[in-house]
Amino acid sequence: MTDPRDNVQQEFLAEAQELVEALSRDLLLLDEAHHRGERIDPALVNEIFRSVHTLKGIAGMFGYKHVGAVAHALEDLLDDLRLGRTAVGQNLLDILFDSVERFQSLLTLEDPQSPQEEAGVQQYIAAIRSVGIEEEVEEGDPIDKYAIDQAVLAVLTEYEEHRLRACIREGLRLYRLRASFDLMTIDDSIEALREQVQEEVEIITYLPSMEGGNEDTIELVVLLAARVSEEELKAEFEGRYGLIEAIAEQTHLPTLPPRRTSIPVLSMRPPSEDDGGQASLRSVADSVRVDIRKLDHLMSVVGELALVRSAVNRIVDRFKHDVTHRQSTMDLDRIGRGLERQLLELRTGILDVRMVPLGQVFNKLARIVRQSAREDDKQVRLVVTGANTEVDKLIVEELTDPLMHLVRNAVDHGIESPEARLQANKREEGTLALNAYHKGSNVVIEVEDDGGGMNAHLLRDEAIERGLLTVEASQELSRQEMLDLVFLPGLSTRSEVTDMSGRGVGMDVVKTNILRLGGMISIASEQGTGTKITVTLPITLAIIRALIVTVAARTFAFPITAVREAIPYMPNEVHTIHGRNVITLRGETLAICDLGQLFDLRKPGDREGKFVVVGSMGNRKLGFVVDELIGQEDVIIKSLGKSLSSVRGFAGATDLGDQKVALMLDAPALFTEYFEGPDVFRGLESRP
Amino acid sequence: MIFHALIVDDSSAVRAFVRASLESADFARVEEAGTGFEALRILATHAFDVVIVDVNMPDINGLELLSFMKKSPRQQGARKILISTQAGGLDSQRGVELGADAFLKKPFTVDELRELVSRLLTPVEGVSG
Repeated sequence: MTDPRDNVQQEFLAEAQELVEALSRDLLLLDEAHHRGERIDPALVNEIFRSVHTLKGIAGMFGYKHVGAVAHALEDLLDDLRLGRTAVGQNLLDILFDSVERFQSLLTLEDPQSPQEEAGVQQYIAAIRSVGIEEEVEEGDPIDKYAIDQAVLAVLTEYEEHRLRACIREGLRLYRLRASFDLMTIDDSIEALREQVQEEVEIITYLPSMEGGNEDTIELVVLLAARVSEEELKAEFEGRYGLIEAIAEQTHLPTLPPRRTSIPVLSMRPPSEDDGGQASLRSVADSVRVDIRKLDHLMSVVGELALVRSAVNRIVDRFKHDVTHRQSTMDLDRIGRGLERQLLELRTGILDVRMVPLGQVFNKLARIVRQSAREDDKQVRLVVTGANTEVDKLIVEELTDPLMHLVRNAVDHGIESPEARLQANKREEGTLALNAYHKGSNVVIEVEDDGGGMNAHLLRDEAIERGLLTVEASQELSRQEMLDLVFLPGLSTRSEVTDMSGRGVGMDVVKTNILRLGGMISIASEQGTGTKITVTLPITLAIIRALIVTVAARTFAFPITAVREAIPYMPNEVHTIHGRNVITLRGETLAICDLGQLFDLRKPGDREGKFVVVGSMGNRKLGFVVDELIGQEDVIIKSLGKSLSSVRGFAGATDLGDQKVALMLDAPALFTEYFEGPDVFRGLESRP
Repeated sequence: MIFHALIVDDSSAVRAFVRASLESADFARVEEAGTGFEALRILATHAFDVVIVDVNMPDINGLELLSFMKKSPRQQGARKILISTQAGGLDSQRGVELGADAFLKKPFTVDELRELVSRLLTPVEGVSG
């Protein structure tokens, strides 16, 4: 007999990850409410409890012993919290925040039972257990004050009973709402009800009754606790949802049993077409989890289909002027266009599925900010905009580490200590802004702090000291170029490196990671006022729009994101500055580089290129001389494979159909090589 | 014969686990409901041999579903298993009163689940069906 656990392991990991993410998100909300001194929403505490509770349950079932043990200890603590036996405090919050990191690392263990983890886990559990419990003094059961149906009391879970008690203690009045709901739309109706009541009313429970219901509708008795009067509640709900009835307070003896059967029920069933009473077991769950590799596969099928489409195009072209096949050619052309439309839709659909909001990463970053600020004794307010901005799942994953580093840097090195800020006439509390937004087919993420800013001259001096820059070269540098030195390998901005950033990767690694994702990174910094790092990334890696060009009869593709424009090439307008070929474009000097010469494809005497493709990377521009412009195409990049991975300057290959392969130029690498490094393009002579 | 089971739990990993445990070896055909509302929809129109419900769910909780099944003519033949946190706690006491036939405490194993379900579904000797 096979162990069914094997088949559902992935399901477990996906759900566990979701639960930990939800936990992290909710903890940040809890932390915020606590620091603002706001009332802690019991629903939020219950959500946190539920995440941990569910995690405990499934971890145990899937053999994740440590996750289960930690979740179990936390569950007890959170149970005390939601049942009012302990209160939210700094210590408790710290313990809870720790759990997020722990769960994440424990979930990635190769061996979820690993004995090495035992000691650390036990230590953490002891810390959880040590968070004090403040016993609440019970003085009579407040629920006895009300004449609540036994049928309702019998179905309350322990938690619901606790909430009922707490609401009565807070002086809320109890009400009963009876309403009939359409079974098919009950989820939405209840959601609407919940949204409407948020502030003044707490829903304790929903009891489905058999009365007045049939296969399509169901009657619910909803137990409510409200701050508002019966009249106000009636005005808001009656007619819309059903009948509201105040639950009487007991005087001495229990009053008469509530008049259950005599209450008429208003129907909430919306007018809908008759579904013929067809009941279906179809699941109404509205989402599925998909392995991203399956989407990659679908995307490559779309790529193959696009090749079919180009093949059709070529046949149409071939017979365009052939009068005998005129009708067939026109038909084929029409079919080809139809195919193209559907393909485009299919592609958009698949891309859409891959998109996830950046909020996931931002939550993680928020925890880092909180943690770093505490370690550094700094006050940092985090302002997030655009958390809903969507990006390809793979990019989000690759983006987490670089962004974490940027955020840590901002808190450790950017934002000053409260004392230093006061001296500089700034608010004690520093601000770190994370902004995300779409810009064309890119997503832009900004990490901006109002700290001390970067010292450009210090960077320059350090670069010289480490032999990364000559004194002569340093004299020509603009302030921006000095700031960009921070991306050089081996250059750290501060002599006293804090504990945390000392552990992290350097800015050069951040830059490399961003470039690898086809993105760009730039710095703006004013000394005294702050630093803004801007990361620009493509929305997806699965597909790239490219400009197809030829050089010496070979085909190359430029990622369109790096192309500013293409202009005719006039060899007689070229002049030389500092040994580099330049032309003048609208009054600006533009360095140019002949791809034919760079790749050693042209022999002396060969005709020269005809066009200049103007590329841009951050604030730099460079013109590439090519022979012909073929046009723009959406291409799916395929890796060159391991054996060619040492060849620089190419991001991969792409199939253009017609058995034609184009090399995709690696624009960031070309820029880097041209501006920063000598020829590393050797070894290309043997390339096709 | 193949039994017809319903698992109601808001954790898809638990549902997948229960389904895999009971469906292997053609033991049972398992339907899933991820919310109390979904369960109400299914219970209104389909009869089951065994219904497994988690006590802690948002909105309609497991106890409320038990109470509903107790009153529902269609579900009179169903054996009911309540998944609860602590055995003997308030939630499981209430479960007994609402007609739960057995309890499962999370985490449970494949064998515990199969053993429990087959015990519940084996006709008691001497009682004709």
